[in-house]
Amino acid sequence: MAPKNPFMMVAGVVSGLFVLALVGVMVWMTSATPRAGGFNANFSLVNDRGEEVDQSLFKGSPSLVYFGYTHCPEVCPTTLLEVTSYLKELGDAGSPLKTYFFTVDPERDTPEIMRGYVTAFSDRITGVTGAPEEMQKVISGWRAFARKQPNKSGGYSMSHTMDLFLIGADGRLKGLIPYGADQDEAVEKIRAVLPQA
Amino acid sequence: MIRKNIVIGAMLGALLSFGTAQAHGFKVGEIEIGHPSSRAMLPVAKVGGGYMKLTNNGADDRLVSATSDRAGSVEFHEMKMDGGIMQMRELPNGVTLPAGKTIELKPGGYHVMFMNVTQPFKEGEMIKTTLVFEKAGPVEVEFSVGPVAGDKNEHAEH
Repeated sequence: MAPKNPFMMVAGVVSGLFVLALVGVMVWMTSATPRAGGFNANFSLVNDRGEEVDQSLFKGSPSLVYFGYTHCPEVCPTTLLEVTSYLKELGDAGSPLKTYFFTVDPERDTPEIMRGYVTAFSDRITGVTGAPEEMQKVISGWRAFARKQPNKSGGYSMSHTMDLFLIGADGRLKGLIPYGADQDEAVEKIRAVLPQA
Repeated sequence: MIRKNIVIGAMLGALLSFGTAQAHGFKVGEIEIGHPSSRAMLPVAKVGGGYMKLTNNGADDRLVSATSDRAGSVEFHEMKMDGGIMQMRELPNGVTLPAGKTIELKPGGYHVMFMNVTQPFKEGEMIKTTLVFEKAGPVEVEFSVGPVAGDKNEHAEH
């Protein structure tokens, strides 16, 4: 029964190790004891309707969170379009899921701009912006990354984390959906945090 | 009959090639500019990416600047994806075009950035842009606007 092709055996071992590593990461992320200071933050920001929001945003319902900005030609629209397509596939079962687009560029992304941007994708995505120092608390608190990259014209671009953060109704990080993830895998990850019918 | 089939074939080919835009190209001096393309922008978006294939059949050259009536300024940026982070940086000296090489400006790499766009690009539009090469000089090109980034209906890029 042993595979004769040595390449198949190597491939088997490699994929086995990969799965083990993945399981390790999953166990680490879903472990009951949150690590001190990690994946949480208190903050005071506003949503795209100008209403105040804070850390309670992540409690009570599972959520999918993205850190991006509207002056982003490629990665952000692609990701939000993918989120829209996840929501479509989840259908009614996905209705408890909240989706948030936090801007890493709150200086330029006003609530009005955020509203215009997110609603172009879906009425299910909520934009979040506010004071840059408050936004930084969320970015660091969730171990995301964002950095301003100045241009010679006086403008700037932002370097930022591309992963989608999947947060459980308990406010804990349950997993990450990387950029360009396979739709089926992404939807499976999301289903796992949804309340079981 | 054969003629008709050729016409139908050509029409099908055009439909399949890039939604509304067929592959197109420009030339200045020894530089070929293959299918400059962009993406439809969202209603409030202020920036758009531009992509194309630059083939230099002559001596070393450089894409130094660009202008367009549709953008406050046009810059060249490099996008890098590293460890789950998207890094953007401007290429202050433009895009180097070594002799005999083809450099592709594409998503996830070097690209044109249309900055301060007041009227977001719409699918099917052509964005008139002047590219300036250090040695080959200026050339008028048109960026054809395809679907929004990430649109699953987009199968082929030329």
